[in-house]
Amino acid sequence: MSDTPAPKSLRAVGNFIDDRFHLAKTGEKNLRKVFPNHWSFMLGEIALYSFIILLLTGVFLTLWFKPSMTEIVYDGSYERLNGVLMSEAYASTLHITFDVRGGLLMRQIHHWAALIFVASMTIHMLRVFFTGAFRKPREINWTIGAIILLLSFVEGLFGYSLPDDLPSGMGVRILQGVILSIPVIGTYVMMFLFGGEFPGEDIIPRLYMLHILLIPGILLALIVAHFMILWHQKHTQYPGTGRTEKKVVGTPMYPAFAVKAGGFFFFTFAVIVGLSAFVQINPIHLFGPFTPTSITSGLQPDWYMGFMEGALRIFPNWFDFNIAGYAVPVAVLVPGLGSLGLLAVALIAWPWIEQWITRDREHHNVADRPRNAPTRTALGVAASVVYGLLWLAGSNDIISETFSINLYLTTWIFRVGVIVGPVVAFIVTKRICLGLQRRDRETLEHGYESGTIEQLPSGEFIEVHKTSSPETVHVLRSKRPVPRIDVEATDEEGVESPEARSVMGRLRNRLAHWYTKDNISFEGVEPHSGHHLHHGHATAGAEQEPANTH
Amino acid sequence: MTDNNNLNGAGAGAEGRDRVIGTPTADGDTLVSGTEESAASSQQRHIGPYPAVETHPRTEEQQRKGERSAALWFLVAFVSGVGFLVSYFLFPPAADGAPSIAHPATAQLANMAMGGTLALSLFAIGAGMTVWARQVMPHYEVSTPYDELPSSPKEKSSFSDFFMRGAHESGFTKRPLMRRTLIAAMLPLGLAPVVLLRDTGPLPGDRLKHTMWESGMRMVVEGTDREIRATDLDRVGGMISALPKAPHEGEHGHGLTLNEQAKAVILLIKMDEFGPDMTEQQRSWTADGIVAYSKICTHVGCPAALYERTTHRILCPCHQSTFDAANGAKVVFGPAHRPLPQLPLRVDDEGYLVAAGDFSSAVGPTFWDAEKGD
Ligand code: HEM
Ligand code: FES
Repeated sequence: MSDTPAPKSLRAVGNFIDDRFHLAKTGEKNLRKVFPNHWSFMLGEIALYSFIILLLTGVFLTLWFKPSMTEIVYDGSYERLNGVLMSEAYASTLHITFDVRGGLLMRQIHHWAALIFVASMTIHMLRVFFTGAFRKPREINWTIGAIILLLSFVEGLFGYSLPDDLPSGMGVRILQGVILSIPVIGTYVMMFLFGGEFPGEDIIPRLYMLHILLIPGILLALIVAHFMILWHQKHTQYPGTGRTEKKVVGTPMYPAFAVKAGGFFFFTFAVIVGLSAFVQINPIHLFGPFTPTSITSGLQPDWYMGFMEGALRIFPNWFDFNIAGYAVPVAVLVPGLGSLGLLAVALIAWPWIEQWITRDREHHNVADRPRNAPTRTALGVAASVVYGLLWLAGSNDIISETFSINLYLTTWIFRVGVIVGPVVAFIVTKRICLGLQRRDRETLEHGYESGTIEQLPSGEFIEVHKTSSPETVHVLRSKRPVPRIDVEATDEEGVESPEARSVMGRLRNRLAHWYTKDNISFEGVEPHSGHHLHHGHATAGAEQEPANTH
Repeated sequence: MTDNNNLNGAGAGAEGRDRVIGTPTADGDTLVSGTEESAASSQQRHIGPYPAVETHPRTEEQQRKGERSAALWFLVAFVSGVGFLVSYFLFPPAADGAPSIAHPATAQLANMAMGGTLALSLFAIGAGMTVWARQVMPHYEVSTPYDELPSSPKEKSSFSDFFMRGAHESGFTKRPLMRRTLIAAMLPLGLAPVVLLRDTGPLPGDRLKHTMWESGMRMVVEGTDREIRATDLDRVGGMISALPKAPHEGEHGHGLTLNEQAKAVILLIKMDEFGPDMTEQQRSWTADGIVAYSKICTHVGCPAALYERTTHRILCPCHQSTFDAANGAKVVFGPAHRPLPQLPLRVDDEGYLVAAGDFSSAVGPTFWDAEKGD
């Protein structure tokens, strides 16, 4: 077809490969893969690119890093610490910083990339959540993504622990304390992990193995699986003209997306390197080596550990109890392990929970607009508010100092906040969503408000509504009817189904009702169908109660 | 929605071309017909890999400009890439003499030079490629069908039929003895990895409940070899962080391992008076108004290092557990539950502070049997 036949050398390579793998057809199909055009699809890419950067810089660091807790007296290039007792791990990190050219840069790139890796994954996950992109058929990929995120927390914590500087050792200490709190087996797990009592001489070599081999290996496998599934199922896309449940529209892999993505990889890399060049991160030489007896105030973990740190700070000791003299430190267990456990369960199970509630078993390729799934959106915002508050609570000492608020008062503010905050956030978000739905409905019926005011012959002032573009109409009409599920559901013959009588069935119906009850119906709304609908319709959807509801 | 205004050039050329697998048919909901601007370009023969309706080429002028600016970016990348290599050699390591990266300020400078040039080079490559994609290449709005994911009922039943026949013929379903013994054979091997981990560490026993403190052991100021007299507390403002005087002379420092320090470290505090919550026994463990508490927080083990004299409160900087030094270090705020363990003290014949035994309870983070006696 093309005017320029493939050059001979390229053909030779192509034939060589195809003779062995029969790749022409699959190859073409994959090069034709389409990537929807939207900035929010790049969040996952940032995560991928930072992971690649982590692998590259991490391998560089292993060339000099010594994962050893043997104590030595430092005698090296960084004069301020000469004669100080420290572990070989810490000394070798000083060596990377002050003797290896580019070592400091690579350390800073590795650390910045770690922060950005987790951050971009988090935002990517929020995008997927709020647009409902996790729905069937993509639940498994959501679950894999959630596991990648959780594993990355652990991977980052272990990496942070390697240099054996003061904050790093404190992180390990907290990890040890949290493990000890596990009922019955805590002391055993801790002894086996640390090879004895804290700190021992084994923990850094062991964390090192986990950090550079086991966890990255698992992460790599999961990331590959994530992308293979994505490739097979294709991206979701936002509603728009031409984009349907059956057809995806966007930029093809070859030639355009490959170049765009390549460019974006370099941008991501450039931003991370730029930060590493000019914004100091984790200056371990200033913190000094770890000793179990010293501490500085204002210690901060990396940001992704912040919510657990905050939870540990604000969870009160009121619920700690003893069984027959055996201690159960709830104030460590719940924030230290429970918070992560809850996050893990909630994330991993969410697609199935929502499916169970809504009974929605359809395939979805077109993303929801967040406003059109108000309960989900409100839940997501509420959860984000809890997370955000816990995260802030992780810096309550700094907040207290910066704003001259009593330290204990900040704790109380956060304690109240994590309970009241999500409730308020839920209610407000849901209202906003429903308000937006109403406005959409209005726009659909009357076009958009032009801002022009006209006076009618009758003297009345009206605002002129202009016809919305076909694109807008398409987007607005993408809202799917929400089948309302009623508490006392009956089948076609009006008989209560046996399922609805069981406890779970009842719970499920209640949840389903709660999940779907508020919705502005767009049914029967014709685009630009006129002015006469103007009055009394704004809340019509909410009032259209099905006949058999109580 | 990016590049919405590029929805032009539609309609022309879609019909009559060979449809390539993976591209849409010309029917139905492809793209809305656009505006008049495309007339010229769509009349040219379309040679791209995707149908003309899905391809929105840039004008020749745009492409020429794009080529120039992409090339400019790539040149910038080249120059700053060279700059990176130069700055690597500009700042030698210590062995090669001053000024070297061994000095923190020089290290910082080298970091900025190398990082700055590298970042610029990477950015410029990214920028060049982006210009290439956005100004030289066409804008594509290619549509392909989503794969129908569930297999047809026919395929499904054929598969399940095939699978079951195989399972049956293999004997796996028909011969339970073999099947069950195979599963049984796997069980011990499944446990093996767990068992193999047994030697990663000792059993806890009661080692978490005891420290190296013994009756009569003297103490030194943390970080020094100076032994502490009861009178020293008056001089230093009421609080000293202390460790046992090493029973064995180590080759460095105070001769204690980190493990020993992690459990034995104490706060010595001189109190004017004790509060009502201090039991008789706890009072008897003090000497000359000096009380000794474990410095390791009972929450998750940070050193509870901050002492406020006026309120006699010990604050752990990690999660702000607060202990009342005048009242047996009981928790007055925060997540910790157990008071800081107290170390019994007395003053020996020479006026030195010595321990009168081990701590009153298990030191450090609370664990399952921390409050159980031996
Ligand atoms: C995949 C996600 C990864 C994350 C989130 C991560 C995170 C971290 C962090 C936060 C540090 C502390 C850096 C500092 O000193 O400031 C670190 C250190 C380290 N990481 Fe990673 N890392 C990852 C992957 C890897 C890989 C794949 C390797 C090697 C193959 C590696 C090797 C190292 C080494 C040797 C250190 C200690 C050297 C030092 O701290 O300067 N990392 N990592
Ligand atoms: S470790 Fe002391 S308050 Fe948490």
